[in-house]
Amino acid sequence: MQPVLLIDFGSTYTKVTAVDLSGPTLLGTAAHFTTVETDINEGLNNALGELSKKVGTLDYTARYACSSAAGGLRMITSGLVPELTAEAARLASLGAGAKVIKVYAYELTEEDIEEIDALKPDIFLLTGGTDGGNRAYIEQNARMLAQCKTRFPILVAGNRSSTTTCLRILEGREVTACPNVMPKLGALNIEPTQNEIRALFLERIIKAKGLSTAAELIDGILMPTPAAVLSAMELLSGGTKTTPGLGELVGVDLGGATTDIYSIAAGHPDHDAVMKGLPEPYAKRTVEGDIGMRYSALGVLEAVGVERLAELSGLSEAQVLAMTEHISAQPDSLPDTEDYAALDYAIACAAIETAVTRHAGHLEEIYTPTGPAYMQMGKNLTGVTKLVVTGGAIIHNQQAPLIARHAFYTESAPFSLKPKTADIYIDRRYILASMGLLGQNHPDAALTIMKKELEYHGTAE
Amino acid sequence: MEKKKLVLGVIGADVHAVGNKILDHAFTHAGFEVINLGVLVSQEEFIEAAIETAADAIVVSSLYGHGELDCRGLRDKCKEAGIGDILLYVGGNIVVGKQPFEEVEQRFKDMGFDRVFGPGTSPDEGIAFLKKDLNITE
Repeated sequence: MQPVLLIDFGSTYTKVTAVDLSGPTLLGTAAHFTTVETDINEGLNNALGELSKKVGTLDYTARYACSSAAGGLRMITSGLVPELTAEAARLASLGAGAKVIKVYAYELTEEDIEEIDALKPDIFLLTGGTDGGNRAYIEQNARMLAQCKTRFPILVAGNRSSTTTCLRILEGREVTACPNVMPKLGALNIEPTQNEIRALFLERIIKAKGLSTAAELIDGILMPTPAAVLSAMELLSGGTKTTPGLGELVGVDLGGATTDIYSIAAGHPDHDAVMKGLPEPYAKRTVEGDIGMRYSALGVLEAVGVERLAELSGLSEAQVLAMTEHISAQPDSLPDTEDYAALDYAIACAAIETAVTRHAGHLEEIYTPTGPAYMQMGKNLTGVTKLVVTGGAIIHNQQAPLIARHAFYTESAPFSLKPKTADIYIDRRYILASMGLLGQNHPDAALTIMKKELEYHGTAE
Repeated sequence: MEKKKLVLGVIGADVHAVGNKILDHAFTHAGFEVINLGVLVSQEEFIEAAIETAADAIVVSSLYGHGELDCRGLRDKCKEAGIGDILLYVGGNIVVGKQPFEEVEQRFKDMGFDRVFGPGTSPDEGIAFLKKDLNITE
């Protein structure tokens, strides 16, 4: 037996997972409240106590952890044009597992600097200009950033002609140069920046957030939790050298406060659509901060309207309004009556509908003198045939497979390029983040366990 | 010397892709760095690309006769976006039907275009003007 321990320090729960590499099999999972205010090890030890009741006391050969505790990895980004470098910077940060709390475009103002000081980001990503392109904005923004009173690491990933100037302007601060996130117009190069974000997270953020006491006990906090989930999705999709994966997939992670959507897919146009806008990463992550089951329940209501929630739940509009208010004010509440269960079902369906629609690309029809033509913005996911559902707010819901269908393409919104027909897999044991971690060193074991443990719920459309 | 940069594209709801590819090839061969936005390009896309890349000129094509409507206001938007002095070229079948070219040219110059080219212009002609306007000496 070769037991390995995987730990996810979440914002609410610390989740622990034990696997045996020599199976490879999943031995068991347990969870306890995260205790970041006092000592993070308290929650961890409680969770480990729970785990040992289930799997016995094991002599772990390795312990790996990921974390989204203490607010996760909070980033602010700036670029030049909102749809171009500012968007590239945002995509880079999201893909690195960050929570993007603010995106600036064009010139930073005095007010922006005050706002940045107040928001105290963990990392600032400064971009702007293609290589050999505009220099004025990024250099001006570096000068503005140099006025910040708070200290945070800054990554410079803009026009390479400006890099040295920016480093000079920001001298005395913790600043790192990366290759341009958009070296040519319409071409992304975000991986080097993402690696740097991860390195900073390891070196610095963990300590700043009081997680280092835990880090000493384990073999390292490897990455932010969303980066671990994205990594698991990539492994599940692409497979390893010896075992094939599931192929292109869409992942949904429905939480209490946010909903994360992942797509591991090329997203090329179907027929003769002309691609517009920035090319998107093959492994793409988006986060909807206003869409979730509890803290963000009102955001869902706002996004889809009370009529839609009433229709999905079978409740009256007045009931929906009152009950949604209630659960968002009391995020710990469980759906203990039939009505609240119906509301949870409706919010979950609407959350997935909204978040996948925002993540997926869409078509725009244009009338030309020679007939209609189509422009595609974002990724075409209509051909993706696997849907993976995770998130504490949904995996225990018996209706999860039905809820998952709301990720699909509908006739009523024919220009939204969501999956048409897909196999549904549900992460009932809540192991995706752990498998993303395990996959860093043991991809074959992680893939085998995921394939075994993800519950298959048939093909739906 | 650093290459001069051109943002190239076919404006509006126009999907004529062949001329666009020929121009891309010809301008690149002539020593320019071409940022080709392809077909169905909006005014905003031309401007955003020019800002981000610090382009020296925007070269607009239009083949389907609606160029006059599509091009109106482009210079003003460039001014608004802080690149008011950028060189603006337009060429192709830029108006409806057969109209005297002198009138068409004047109308587009009034709109703020620096050079206007009618149907059947050879790429060489455009290249010669670009070199002149951008002070490129061989």
